[in-house]
Amino acid sequence: MSDAGTLLRTPLYNEHLKLGARMVPFAGWEMPVQYTGVIEEHNAVRRAAGMFDVSHMGRYEVHGPDAARSMRYICTWDMTRLELGEGHYAAACNEAGGILDDVYVFCLDPERYLIVVNASNAPKMKRWMEEHISKFNATLVDRHESTAMIAVQGPQAIEKMGGEFVRSIKARRCAETDWRGYRLFASRTGYTGEDGLEFVIDAVAGPDFWQELLEAGVVPVGLGARDTLRLEAALLLYGNDMDEDTNPFEVGLDWVVTLHDGEDFLGRTALQELRGAELSRKLTCLRALDRGVMRHGHQIRFEGEEVGTVASGTFSPTLNVSIGMGFVPESLSAEGTKFEIDVRGRPLPVEVVPRPFYKRPKKSK
Amino acid sequence: MASPNDRKYTKEHEWVLLDGDVGTVGITDYAQDQLGDIVFVELPAPGTAVTYMQKFGEIESVKAVSELFSPVTGEVLERNDGLNDNPQWVNDSPYEDGWMLKVRIADPAEVDALMVSAEYETFLETAG
Repeated sequence: MSDAGTLLRTPLYNEHLKLGARMVPFAGWEMPVQYTGVIEEHNAVRRAAGMFDVSHMGRYEVHGPDAARSMRYICTWDMTRLELGEGHYAAACNEAGGILDDVYVFCLDPERYLIVVNASNAPKMKRWMEEHISKFNATLVDRHESTAMIAVQGPQAIEKMGGEFVRSIKARRCAETDWRGYRLFASRTGYTGEDGLEFVIDAVAGPDFWQELLEAGVVPVGLGARDTLRLEAALLLYGNDMDEDTNPFEVGLDWVVTLHDGEDFLGRTALQELRGAELSRKLTCLRALDRGVMRHGHQIRFEGEEVGTVASGTFSPTLNVSIGMGFVPESLSAEGTKFEIDVRGRPLPVEVVPRPFYKRPKKSK
Repeated sequence: MASPNDRKYTKEHEWVLLDGDVGTVGITDYAQDQLGDIVFVELPAPGTAVTYMQKFGEIESVKAVSELFSPVTGEVLERNDGLNDNPQWVNDSPYEDGWMLKVRIADPAEVDALMVSAEYETFLETAG
């Protein structure tokens, strides 16, 4: 953990400087917010192929005979169901059912799992997992600083990267191979709504791997476009859309809470009670009907009365209008309901739309 | 992009191009680069009074919104409504197509106090 004022740097830091990236602090790391421009980079991912340095995200392996059971205990989704080479999204909750983080877990081997957590929650989740995994016959192996992680996303991502290994990995699946003598992990996952792979490689090999992707014509993309892309796909961002006072049901994560296996997991009792109960608020997709941009913290009004707040908001380059997700009463969350967002004293009319805002076109085989 | 030397500049990174008592107002190349991709520009309608160093509008990029401060005192004669559908003109052509307002300036001598392009370039070097 960095001391006050010192930002951490990923293994790809110098690559970003070489490309002239604008660097900003994010979750204690010095990260590229853009290289050429947010909209240009956003469009590169929607139309061709872009890549993100996501090395700042936390990566931990769990080893041992109880690796699967310990992951099931930490996560709301039953990770013991994962097949070899399969991954799944989940929430990790505290005993009150509040979300500590949203995570992705992969089964690499029957006794080796990989869990990826948000950069902002890495220290917290590492401590949390070390504490709870110790109850099982399993150990946590920190792979955060010893690896680099690159997400390659876009309709041309697979094509530009090429090769049998890349083409062999199906949706939500993962595999490992050797790249110039280094272990390379890849999963057919992402945070943009486009097709693509996420790679994990030894830190020392990161820059060369990044270079090879650049030579293949993949465009470097910063955190600015990462946010516009994920919001168009209606994907959640911890800290904006949820925190420890949010339960999975309020933010549309019902589908990652499995209770029927009967196994205990952190937050189970609270979530059992919360499921089926009336929601006090619901995260809802909103699309602007006029000029202006809704942003985190803006008030939402219904017929003049304040009813909620915007969790995430931005301008959508693909839709050419502002989009956002906001908490409103469940009774007002039906498609077509109209609200007004208070944007610095001026009302911005918006309406409820179904998620996601953007869905990638179906590939013709 | 070098700052054109036919106009004056402010520390808020705006420029004024004077023609008699009418000043055309916009933001500099440095400003548009700092802001990033512009998505909305909020400008006052013709007839509105603007005052030196007071907020007259807002300029919004994908990531954030910034206030625009008037480099002159006077009355708005024209507003570049082309920016409604083409906010990117501010990024692509900050000194030409990306102009924002034409203002009838109450006291053109007020513009004398602003920086010339060489002074503005020096200001950027020391401040940036």
